[in-house]
Order: sequence, then structure tokens, then C-alpha cells
Amino acid sequence: MPYRVVHYINQFFGQVGGEDKADTQPFIKEGVVGPGMALKGALGQDAVIVATVICGDGYFNENLETAKAEVLSMVERYSPDIFIAGPAFNAGRYGVACGAICKEVKEKLGIPVITGMYPENPGVDLYKKDAYVVKTSDSAAGMRKAVPLMANLAIKLLKGEAIGSPDEDSYIERGIRKNVFKNELGAKRAVDMLVAKLSGAEFTTEYPMPAFDRVTPNPPIKDMSNAKVALVTSGGIVPKGNPDKIESSSASKYGRYSIAGVEALTADTYETAHGGYDPVYANADPNRVLPVDVMRELEKEGVIGKLYDYYYATVGNGTSVANAMKYAQAIAKDLIADGVQAVILTST
Amino acid sequence: MVKEIERAGLPVVHICTIVPISLTVGANRIVPAVAIPHPLGNPALSKEEEKSVRRNLVLKALKALQTPVDDQTVFE
Repeated sequence: MPYRVVHYINQFFGQVGGEDKADTQPFIKEGVVGPGMALKGALGQDAVIVATVICGDGYFNENLETAKAEVLSMVERYSPDIFIAGPAFNAGRYGVACGAICKEVKEKLGIPVITGMYPENPGVDLYKKDAYVVKTSDSAAGMRKAVPLMANLAIKLLKGEAIGSPDEDSYIERGIRKNVFKNELGAKRAVDMLVAKLSGAEFTTEYPMPAFDRVTPNPPIKDMSNAKVALVTSGGIVPKGNPDKIESSSASKYGRYSIAGVEALTADTYETAHGGYDPVYANADPNRVLPVDVMRELEKEGVIGKLYDYYYATVGNGTSVANAMKYAQAIAKDLIADGVQAVILTST
Repeated sequence: MVKEIERAGLPVVHICTIVPISLTVGANRIVPAVAIPHPLGNPALSKEEEKSVRRNLVLKALKALQTPVDDQTVFE
């Protein structure tokens, strides 16, 4: 009897539709769908995909607890031996969904779980300890490479074979320490490593330090009625026509736009350039993403001292962490130079 | 982006729908929003009701900016 696999994919890979279908509620289909085809090929004779759960990324993330329960009950019905989700590449909501459902399935059904993501996907940090997350490229162009790695790991887990190190089996480090025997004492290995480091040679640490990058919160604003407040968004709100041509995904820039004298954003004057969510609602009323109308009211009422004359926008959709950091550093520099005291940043 | 703005010395509040992502990226003041495609709005409501939802979220964000925090805090 081959092992039984249940596969989880989003609305896009499930061939339901794009962002306009991101609110699709979960449903299950017998057999393979979309990338399940390649996965089936890579799994070979040993395992069979008995069913595929498809769920919209928006629905899953906005209804986390309900969605987890719904998907779990669907998965349970097919009594799988292993659960595979994605790969999600650098799609943030898809990654979070894959990670969350893997964790749920592992905890409730006690079976191994695997997913695949690009290392910068926010789902990685959230769930790498709960699931094997195979390292993939940032876009679906890497499907052909990702699927065999996931299948290979799945077969190993199913057969109870020993799993190699993250490097050997291409998954993202899970923070698990394993005791191993080495020929040389720790002291000798440490000195060898130090000598290699001093001479500029390559060496591999045996205990990578976790990278916790946290920033201490700044003190609160004491007198909001005299404070200058700025709006920043990763939701892609731009003047109509997108004058700076900010890309709909993997944005290579941000924009700075004057809102001096603007009472509210309107459908005629502003729109979203973001390609990672259904733009209908933001285009109809851009204040739904960048609340200029309300900020203006609060300015008039004296709740805030002043709304800063410019707002900043980029598209947070597969944008690299390095770029996002760079944009924000430049934005913060401007804001401080112009005497802004506090920032409201909105994300979709 | 939130983290870099905070690092530069400005108090910042993140209004976002997927709070777990905001926590992972390291925002310190977080206000949960309505939905991914309309964080500060709700097309199912009337214009007036929608604006009042938005106003309440912004007021909550302003309150967060006036609240001392030592650690990541979600303002429900």
C-alpha cells in the first residue's frame, strides 16, 4: 500500500483564480490539482496524493482559527500519512497559511508535515520550528527545483529514514540541536575554526546564533495635539496613473507624494499599484488603505497637531527585506528632518 | 519598514490585518485592521458607518502612539 498524502494549495495554484478569488473558502478535491501533478511525479510509487485542499489566502489569514479547523477536518477525513503544503515561494499570506495549517495538522493528527518557502517569506520565521520548510526560490519559476526536494524529504519522513542537516536535505534550519560524535575534541575544532577565521579561510560554525533583530520601542508622544504625524503605507496607494511606476510586486522604489490641501483621497485622484491583493476596494476608496480623510478631520479637531504634507508609499508584495529596510531608512531620515514626531504605517 | 522607522527614532504604529506577520517583522505598536484588501474600511457598511470604523482605528493608533510600551504590544 502506498503512503497517503494530502496536499494543500492556495486559490491561485488551485486554479480557482487570482486575488479576486483570495476570499475562497476551503474545499477539498480527490486526487491532484496544479502543482500536485509535479509532486505526484516526484513522489513516485511510494506515495499517492489522495486529496488536495484548496483555500484562498485572504480567507485563511483573515479567519485563521476557523480556517484551520475547517481545513483540518477535511484533511482528517482522508487519513493521510503525511501532509504537504505549497510550496509558497515568497507569497507572504500563502506562506503563513501553509505554515499555520502544517502546525495544526502536526499537532492534531500527529503526522509529519512539509512545506516550501523562500527564506524571506514571513511564514518561515513563524513556523520553521513546527514544519520542515524546504528552501525554495522567490517565485513559482522555482517549482521544478522545489518539488523534488519536498518529495525527497517526504519519502524519508514516511520511511522513517534519518533526516540530514538543513544543508543536506535543503530545509530551513529549525533550531534543533543534535548530538553527534566527532573525531576531534571541541577545543581542537574551536581553535581550527579560529585559525581559519583569522587567515580568512572558510569555516562553518557548529552553532549559528539566532538572529533576533528587535528594536526597542520609542517613548510615546506626550502631546498629540501638537504633534506632526506622517502616513506611510506598504499598500501601494499612489496618485492616479502611478507617476513613479512603482511595480505591482517586488517594488524597486517608493514614492513621496504631497497631500497638502487634500481633504480625502478619491477614486478619481488615487489608486493602488499593489498586485498582491484585490484592488477593487482600494481603488473605489483609497482612504480604506491610507486614511487621509480621517486624519484631516482629526487635524481640524485638534486631536493631532498636523498631518505631514507628504505621504510615502511602496508596494509590499514580494519586496525584499533589504529593499524595504533601505526605503524605510530613507523615509525616516526625511521625516525626522521635517520635524515629524510620529508615524502611522498601514499594510494590506 | 516599521522596524527601521522605529530604529531611526520615530514612534510608529502598524495598522495591519495579519498581526502574526507584524509580530514577526518586529513592530512594537500594532493595531489589527479590518481585512487585507481594505484594512481601514468595510465596503459592506454604509459610507458613514465605514468612516466611523476607520476613525476608530485611527484613534486607536493614535492612542497606541501615546502609550508607553516595553515590548511588542497589540492594541485590540
